[in-house]
Amino acid sequence: MSIDQQSQTPPVDLPSPETSAVVLEARDLSVWYGSTEALRQINIAIPRNRITALIGPSGCGKSTLLRCFNRMNDLIPSFRMEGHLEFDGDQIVGDQVDPVALRRRVGMVFQKPNPFPKTVYQNVAWGARINGYTGNMDELVERSLRRAALWDEVKDKLHRSGLDLSGGQQQRLCIARTLAVEPEVILMDEPCSALDPISTARVEDLMEDLKDDYTIVIVTHNMQQARRTSDMTACLMLDQDRGDSHRPGVLAEFSPTDLLFTTPKDRRTEAYITGRIG
Amino acid sequence: MSRPSDRLYRPRQVRRRVFGVLFAGLCLLATLSGVVVLAVLLGSVLAKAMSYPPNPPWYALGQHAGEFWRFMTRIATSTNSPEPGEAGFKAGIAGSLWLLVLVAVIAIPTGVGAGLYLEEYAPPGRVRRTIQTNIANLAGVPSIVYGILGLVVFSRAFGFDPLALGKMLWAGALTLSLLVLPIVVIATQESLRAVPPSLRQAALALGATRWQVIRDHVLPSALPGILTGTILSLSRAIGETAPLLMVGAANSILYTPSSPADYYTALPVEIYNFATLPREEFRTVAAGGILILLALLLSMNAVAIFLRTPTGRRFAGRAISQVSRMGWAVSQAVFPSHRAFANGDSEAGVPGPAPNPSITNPGDPHPK
Repeated sequence: MSIDQQSQTPPVDLPSPETSAVVLEARDLSVWYGSTEALRQINIAIPRNRITALIGPSGCGKSTLLRCFNRMNDLIPSFRMEGHLEFDGDQIVGDQVDPVALRRRVGMVFQKPNPFPKTVYQNVAWGARINGYTGNMDELVERSLRRAALWDEVKDKLHRSGLDLSGGQQQRLCIARTLAVEPEVILMDEPCSALDPISTARVEDLMEDLKDDYTIVIVTHNMQQARRTSDMTACLMLDQDRGDSHRPGVLAEFSPTDLLFTTPKDRRTEAYITGRIG
Repeated sequence: MSRPSDRLYRPRQVRRRVFGVLFAGLCLLATLSGVVVLAVLLGSVLAKAMSYPPNPPWYALGQHAGEFWRFMTRIATSTNSPEPGEAGFKAGIAGSLWLLVLVAVIAIPTGVGAGLYLEEYAPPGRVRRTIQTNIANLAGVPSIVYGILGLVVFSRAFGFDPLALGKMLWAGALTLSLLVLPIVVIATQESLRAVPPSLRQAALALGATRWQVIRDHVLPSALPGILTGTILSLSRAIGETAPLLMVGAANSILYTPSSPADYYTALPVEIYNFATLPREEFRTVAAGGILILLALLLSMNAVAIFLRTPTGRRFAGRAISQVSRMGWAVSQAVFPSHRAFANGDSEAGVPGPAPNPSITNPGDPHPK
């Protein structure tokens, strides 16, 4: 962290007195899919080593915002964006930026567990191998699986298919796979929506553990989950100014989680978290 | 029981059920028509074989089988001859096997490459749609048209003699490759489309390049489908006669080709020629040739079916990983600096604090 990066203090309240540096930042970010505006004028600064939750009604652009941070939206041909996106003070979008190098440092866990149809070991080792990892691969695999709280369950079946694991184990395998390339940020796109409550609790505990070393951004539909796990919460809403069917998502409020859920400043946030809309 | 809104509905339960049964019956009939024709064909052939002279009892079939086997080995191991008792398909079998190998070598890499490009790399748009449509159109072009194309382009090289292939095996192989190329491309594309997008996304999100994703995840998943489509297209190439007649598969070749620059003939061409000869005995020879051709085609199709089963998938996967490991070893030998490039990634891409402190991870709570 250099001095000038710290001086870009985000215009938000941080969860604790010790100021946490910004790791991901969006300024005036607008996104279109074809002619449909998906996000409008998003300004958000995500603090380092914190868990930031993105909540909001369906179709408000939470996942779109998340996928802007590791350029996964590039895969969608009709995707178009305007505005600034920064990671560690560097541009995320631009001619100089290689999305391949970016994605190693900004990892992602998807909604549905999607392990590779390979062995548990290869699932974890593959990302490291293709990124030219020169250390001891066995150690890396074990460390990543331990870090993802999966080691004890799979240490005897490292060479069995990752698809033979249960859904919750598969999702933790996907987290281990992400950890193996040593990212700085982990983006989670509704990681628990396909899991039962016990598996969900394990993933949530895991997130709490990982917070010390990583920055986590999680999209969730479950407001209890956002409240339980996150330090900061961003509530996205469909823009009310326009009555037509293609209403873009806007950032209604971005506050420390306990403040947002107890004393929301925005009327729409309050309506959403109290269940009046959504 | 009866509500006012009931009057608005006319369920006609019986009529609907009858229509359902009728429709299913028609579909069943359509399914059986093909099977019935095959059964009648086999039955009539078998009946004829059994009744020929003089109605052997079942225990005498062994002699016939022996005689049949001697006949088949004779026609498989002797070359063309004006004497039906000495005529055989050795040259044709050799020519067809040559064609099979050459077409595989030419059409598989080209077709799979084209399919990969269209499906994985080509930006969507009018150009891609146009190419796509025209490949589908090519798959429907009659084979004789490919024969004429091959004659002009390969055999005569538009009249530019130094490049003209004449009646060489190359001309036939290139023509047949063009013929099956659209089928290979389409089979490849279908198989690639069946690979779940979540697999690609998972790999890309780890910082893989497109090529790494294709090599390690997309191709292995799509492989059984690609192989099946490819083998079926090869068996189509083996059965073709018309285009080969145009590009110089000769009637009576008495030797087996020993290089792709030799003259050649092919099994279906020889069968056709024997069948047109006036002497009755040649028809028996032609029938034997048909059996050889059918055995070849059916065994290729059996391989294709095998590759679709779980065992076949594992088998294909292992074979391919073996090949790719060999390819990797070769690339290491040719480009020893490759690994150095891979390690330099973090400096090359996003600028920033390149030496990631968590790589050494001193604060790992679970040290080994």
